[in-house]
Amino acid sequence: MTEQPQDEAPLAVEMRQIVKAWPGVVANDHVDFEVRQGEIHALVGENGAGKSTLMNVLYGLLQPDSGEIRVRGRPVRLHGPRDAIAQGIGMVHQHFMLIPVFTTGENIMLGREPVRPGGFYDHARAGQEIAALARRYGLALDPNARMGDLPVGLQQRAEIVKVLYRGAEILILDEPTGVLTPQESAELFGVLRDLVKSGKTIIFISHKLKEVLEVSDRITVMRRGRVVGHLLTRQTSEAEIARQMVGRDVLLRVDLKPARPGPVALAVEGLGANSDRGVPALRGVSLEVRRGEILGIAGVEGNGQSELMEVLAGTRRPTAGRIRLGDRDITALDAAAIRTAGIAHIPEDRRGAGLILNYSVAGNLILGHQRDGSFAWRQFVLRLRAILEWARRLIGEFDIRTPTPQTPARSLSGGNQQKIIVARELGARPTVLLAAQPTRGVDIGAIEFIHRRIVAERDGGAAVLLVSAELDEIRSLSDRIAVIYEGRIVSIESGDAPEDRLGLLMTGGSAR
Amino acid sequence: MTVLSDIGHLLLTADLWHAALAAAVLLLLPALGGVISERSGVVNIAMEGMMLTGAFFAVAADLILHDPWLSALVAMVAGGLMALIHAVVSIRFRADQIVSGIAINIFATGITVFLINRFYGLQDVGHLPPSELLPNLQIPLLDQIPFLGRVLFQQNVIVYVALILLLLVHVLLFRTRLGLRIRAVGEHPEAADTAGINVYRLRYGAVISSGLLSGLSGAFLAIGISNTFVPNMTDGRGYIALAAMIFGKWTPFGAFIACLIFGLGQAIYDNNSIIHVSQYLLSMLPYILTLVVLAGVVGRSQPPAADGIPYAPGTE
Repeated sequence: MTEQPQDEAPLAVEMRQIVKAWPGVVANDHVDFEVRQGEIHALVGENGAGKSTLMNVLYGLLQPDSGEIRVRGRPVRLHGPRDAIAQGIGMVHQHFMLIPVFTTGENIMLGREPVRPGGFYDHARAGQEIAALARRYGLALDPNARMGDLPVGLQQRAEIVKVLYRGAEILILDEPTGVLTPQESAELFGVLRDLVKSGKTIIFISHKLKEVLEVSDRITVMRRGRVVGHLLTRQTSEAEIARQMVGRDVLLRVDLKPARPGPVALAVEGLGANSDRGVPALRGVSLEVRRGEILGIAGVEGNGQSELMEVLAGTRRPTAGRIRLGDRDITALDAAAIRTAGIAHIPEDRRGAGLILNYSVAGNLILGHQRDGSFAWRQFVLRLRAILEWARRLIGEFDIRTPTPQTPARSLSGGNQQKIIVARELGARPTVLLAAQPTRGVDIGAIEFIHRRIVAERDGGAAVLLVSAELDEIRSLSDRIAVIYEGRIVSIESGDAPEDRLGLLMTGGSAR
Repeated sequence: MTVLSDIGHLLLTADLWHAALAAAVLLLLPALGGVISERSGVVNIAMEGMMLTGAFFAVAADLILHDPWLSALVAMVAGGLMALIHAVVSIRFRADQIVSGIAINIFATGITVFLINRFYGLQDVGHLPPSELLPNLQIPLLDQIPFLGRVLFQQNVIVYVALILLLLVHVLLFRTRLGLRIRAVGEHPEAADTAGINVYRLRYGAVISSGLLSGLSGAFLAIGISNTFVPNMTDGRGYIALAAMIFGKWTPFGAFIACLIFGLGQAIYDNNSIIHVSQYLLSMLPYILTLVVLAGVVGRSQPPAADGIPYAPGTE
């Protein structure tokens, strides 16, 4: 929060009665949105609430069906990002608009490259420009580094510098902390405050309420394409924002009874595995998960947690180590045998590995069980009626919002797609549940539901291994937390370990 | 082992390398076109068809205009128009670029045969006198250098043009602003778009360039190396150029080296009369080389990240 209230400052952006409809959906339904100069304004809402659409309209990427936009009081027409840039509007996208094989300098300059006569790209001037920006805003970057080699935090810094290089006065940041560690996030907030001090205006899209409260001055809440609330940050609370976002009271904290750990269900010893690029991703991981407990794996993405889950699920071959399920060595088993042995897997790549999007909801609900006697006669001919009955039961039990069981999974929302996977995996009554990013890109309401089901699974005696990029999720669900760094478990912490300690461990800092 | 020693002797003759370079250039032009097109993110397997169309229109124009230069220009325009079809289908209508490419190749075979029947009846198209062909150009003094003079400086004019184009395309792609933008569009069109770059315009330009270059190659084949048009005379060279582009990891000079290897294979085959092995075996040489290359002798080479993916802005 900045020191002075910004209530008196003139409007930087005014959007009036913006309508943007897709076939079948109204993404923005007469939306009014205003931002004052020099404030950090948070735009919050669930997935599909229309935040990104609204901001894409403001950045000229989408043309509204109707409505009016004013920038610094003057009406503008934005036919493309070029127009928005000319109005001093810059956007840092959720998925970075960076080219990994280009240098930092080329990425920042792209679209406004310095050239020598003849159209030749001017490396020297690019370097000078970036050095000048770095001095002015305190954002140092090496212009000759290959973008793909930089850590995510620096990539994001490059995105911000890119926007500043284009002379942006109004910066839109779409879910900027989604990929950052807590430390990187804190650093980003510092940068944002500095930018506001130097006169910039910032629009901050987020669904992480804690951050919104920490960094913003004012908040606009969207729900189902409409603006449902304007809030002053210093006068509101997480619960209030969540209620406006979802339209009902939401349980933000999972009600977690103390665990009653049973015998070891899953034991991993000295596990090694390579990443897709053939380099070691796991370098000797050892851990145990007991029945009736949730072991959370905290780590910055790309430290081996994805590979760990895939090895355990049988979709990636280990290069070393042993995996035991109870007393049974399952190291050499393939994915189908592991599934039969009682391990269920919610994969992190929902659309790629979790679902066949063109298949029906019902078809997806039996994936992996299609040879079971109850669904197939002699493992060959599908028993369609039994499948449909099973699907109806799970659709009801897991509250999957689908018109029919035959609807293709593709046409469901992300949250409901995720519920299909959760339903299928929990429906098999597993001994061990591997849950990778179980609520990524899922609405608050669905998150609440999925969390409750995972906890219920634990209370029912299953061993749960949870991987999440959201430290909050790890901390609120886990009974114990294993921190993974560069393919090794560097520490096992209790479930209530403080966030900054975990953040430090996750980035390779020493634990004291 | 007589075969190997035959080939060994052949490799010592300047004539073989002369022929190899000419054959390589025939592949280099469409390969350069492919590099530009795919660097901008549009997969282009239609060089074969664009080349064939170019070859036909080069001959047809030359028979009327009696001017090889204008005819080469006509061939480029014809290739460019075929490329425009590919561009519209794959950029504007976001169709599958492989399917569009195949369709164009089949279409080119059909339309050229159709036009032959329509305008020349069942007779043959007609032969051009040497004075109306793209000329050989002896570079004074340099052509007197032993061995190298024959190989490098007694070539058809298109060979020199192609070598200059090779340099130009390299500089364009890797040293200029335009090149940076073309590559940006091929790697990450959203990033380019949000930076205010017109993705569609660059992609259209790149695809059409590939047509111009392929058309020129067709002209070189029909009114430079040969003096007439026969149906399907490109004989898969557009596909070999495609392989050369991949072999060359989507770089102009890499593609050129690949073209040289394929050109050498072609030249050895063309001299089969002095090699003691079935000419049918030798005729497979360029294609076997292509397969070996594609099967991964080069290692896994990385195409531009957005190659083959149509760009639709603002979709979520």
